[in-house]
Amino acid sequence: MLILMVLLALAALSAGAYAMGRRKARQATAGAAGRPHSLPGYHGAYVALWTGLPAAILLFAFVAFGGRIEYALISADPPPASAGITAERMATYYGDVQSVANGQSTSAVVYEGAAKTAFDAAVAHARSTDTLARLLAAAAALVLAIGGFLLAFPKLSKDFRARNRVEGLTSAVLIVCSVVAVMTTLGIVMSLLYESLRFFQAVSPLSFLFGTDWDPQIAMRTDQVMTHGAFGAIPLFAGTFLIMIIAMAVAAPVGLYSAIYLAEYAGRTTRAVVKPALEILAGVPTVVYGFFAALTVGPLFRSGFNALGAQLVGGPLNDLGLYLGQVQNQMALVAGAVMGIMLIPFVSSLSDDIINAVPQALRDGSYAMGATKSETIKRVILPAALPGVVAALLLAMSRAIGETMIVTLAAGLQAKLTANPLDTVTTVTVQIVTLLTGDTEFDNPKTLAAFGLGLTLFAITLVLNIIALRIVQKYREQYD
Amino acid sequence: MTDAALIAGATQPSGPGHASGSTPKTLAAAKRLKARHAAEFRFRLYGRTAIIVALSFLVILLGRIVSQGWSTFVQNRISVAVYVDPAKVDARALNGVNWDYMISTAALAKLGLTDDDVGERSGKMSALLSPALGYDLLKKIKADPSLIGKTVTVDGPIGADAGLYYKGLIKRSTAEGDRRLDDAQLGWLDQLKAKGQVTSKFNTDFLTHADSTQPEQAGVAGAAIGSALTLIVVGLLAIPIGVLTAVYLEEFAPKNRWTDLLEVNINNLAAVPSIIYGLLGLALFINMMGVPRSTPLVGGLVLALMALPTVIIATRSALKAVPPSIREAALGVGASRTQTVFHHVLPMARPGIMTGAILALSHAMGETAPGLMVGMVFFSSDLPRGFLSAATVLPVQVFIWENASERAFLSMTAACIMVLLAFMILMNGTAIYLRSRYERRW
Repeated sequence: MLILMVLLALAALSAGAYAMGRRKARQATAGAAGRPHSLPGYHGAYVALWTGLPAAILLFAFVAFGGRIEYALISADPPPASAGITAERMATYYGDVQSVANGQSTSAVVYEGAAKTAFDAAVAHARSTDTLARLLAAAAALVLAIGGFLLAFPKLSKDFRARNRVEGLTSAVLIVCSVVAVMTTLGIVMSLLYESLRFFQAVSPLSFLFGTDWDPQIAMRTDQVMTHGAFGAIPLFAGTFLIMIIAMAVAAPVGLYSAIYLAEYAGRTTRAVVKPALEILAGVPTVVYGFFAALTVGPLFRSGFNALGAQLVGGPLNDLGLYLGQVQNQMALVAGAVMGIMLIPFVSSLSDDIINAVPQALRDGSYAMGATKSETIKRVILPAALPGVVAALLLAMSRAIGETMIVTLAAGLQAKLTANPLDTVTTVTVQIVTLLTGDTEFDNPKTLAAFGLGLTLFAITLVLNIIALRIVQKYREQYD
Repeated sequence: MTDAALIAGATQPSGPGHASGSTPKTLAAAKRLKARHAAEFRFRLYGRTAIIVALSFLVILLGRIVSQGWSTFVQNRISVAVYVDPAKVDARALNGVNWDYMISTAALAKLGLTDDDVGERSGKMSALLSPALGYDLLKKIKADPSLIGKTVTVDGPIGADAGLYYKGLIKRSTAEGDRRLDDAQLGWLDQLKAKGQVTSKFNTDFLTHADSTQPEQAGVAGAAIGSALTLIVVGLLAIPIGVLTAVYLEEFAPKNRWTDLLEVNINNLAAVPSIIYGLLGLALFINMMGVPRSTPLVGGLVLALMALPTVIIATRSALKAVPPSIREAALGVGASRTQTVFHHVLPMARPGIMTGAILALSHAMGETAPGLMVGMVFFSSDLPRGFLSAATVLPVQVFIWENASERAFLSMTAACIMVLLAFMILMNGTAIYLRSRYERRW
């Protein structure tokens, strides 16, 4: 609240500084001969920026990192031994202290007796630290604002190059913004690498990448009966690729044929109806597809296969019939088929663009030779568009591999090494979700395994994307 | 050489001895032509089938959601007149009074029944009514203790299972042991309906309540507010940063290795799986920077990073669409480069930028996986109060209810999807309107 008020005060101060700067510039130029270098507004903006910006940066830094600093301060003095807080529980304890002190949770009922008094004392200490920190930050911000103003205001004069200064800052801001995108990539790579390295200290990378046994049950506390987790990721990748292949088997033909039809055959009205409809299909959140898969397609497929199985039992295909009679809702086929539906608009809109980019002259040439439309498409347009279509399919594959919600809701949790689409399989993303929802203490291989999986997933999709984008870029240059 | 050319050659009178028409050569050509036309027809049919398949998937998907979800928007309410017996109410300990029992016996009395000795009958009746009735009565008595000894009418939703029966989702034809309500309870429900005690109306509770363990009292408002707060964070971060990045890349950046790297990087970021962003948020924002879990702030931060490439790409194409003559004219009359961009190019690209930004926000709103990673799977029966109070978002609410065991949550999940889709259609519709209304073709 205090920080917000200081921010508002800063805004008011900057506005005042702007007005003062502008007035000073006007006065300086009113009597003098010749034109001033910059418009008065730039003088105002220059002063306002010096007043507001450094202080605002300080405040945002405080909001972003202040919690961390306060945490270090309150965890510097340990609770008395009488409270009986063990070393492993320390992080949770201070987490509770901080959240109670900040009013995010009303009270922590788990502490009793001596622990409770120690806890209350810690909370009081945290509160006073917090108040002090906030006051200090606010005061520092105000000092910076006034200092900035005093530094900038006297510089204003008729010949002061205020516009260049302000524009210099503008381009600095632009560059900083564009760095954010790079920082995001770096952040992804660094955080995945960092946590994965910790994981690979406990589990060797070879047994992770080439192990065929996935069973991440591992003791959470030292006093539990230790069950060694197995972290062989091969079954997960097998499941992921199985579902991806099923999805592509649905999405590639339907998506490609609809793109061809839309690009080459459909009239204006058909396009006007179908394109928005496909856009709606593309905009449906994946969790909705997951719901659809789990509660509509799954039961439908199961009852279908069960009925088919009942027909076959007793006949020559008795074993198959018995097998079909017991398939479950959560088969790879269900997740794959629904994921295929999800990818149809993706494949179709990418291929549509690519087919449209094929120069009209190629078509005209083919027609002039007497080829029919379908022959033109098959022999001329598709070969010309092939690299782009391949790129579109690669991008779709990368999306299928990284897709989370459909498989979380519709695929199973059992890690099996199978190529049978009627079996339940699990995927990399499902396992990441299962490992990380619930407790997220960052000290056991179970949660860190999720980052190992994430890193592998990121690497695979990155390679697919880079290849696809390369192809698209090359292909564009070819026809531009 | 294609068949058409062959036919053209064949039909041309190439010598005096050849009569044009039914030579074996032209017959074969005509046959081939027929086959080619059949192939053409088939090919066209495949294309048409693909379109029909894609569209029917859309219709089935949406139709199925609506058919599963509509019943949530109808709420059956019951009003019961309860005599608040002073002998049973201790005015000093109102919270300790068994209000539910009092209400269910009153409802039984309406049907001309009294409770049996072991309280089985009232227990069964109580299962048909929502606990909300009891809270309502308690609240009324607390507000006005003089009501003790009088008859008070309470009005509230009936229980979730009873609601399913009225909506035809629990059927009498099901064997008694297989359904949640027995024959006696169904009989009571029929009688209550016949006596006009039960009314059905539009379910406003669903749109105004936060989550609850009782399906009939749970609503999407908590998740909707959580989504709105998250989107505010996304909008405040992703739109300015994205637009400024695009401006830099398109208008200022020199062509060199650094900007090439930036471009490749942005295109790749757009295709990174969303769950990876969730992992980033977990490791960076929560673990390293100490942003509180489950809050709209951390959800918004993660989704902002995810929406950033989309905003950048959309803004760049909007800037590209502004013709160079505008820039040249501005530079020609003495504007600086910054002035040219910010006073002329950017305002002209605004419709395209806004469309792209809204689409990016709508996409971020439907994203679930990053939310799961940063702890938005959060149960709260209170509406979120701010950016730092734990909350959930609409798609994650779908995920939570999808995994709930109570049958009534099934239709609520579908209804929550309907609310989510309604918001997304609203946003996309706005984007399309802006595009068609303000887009300028040069």
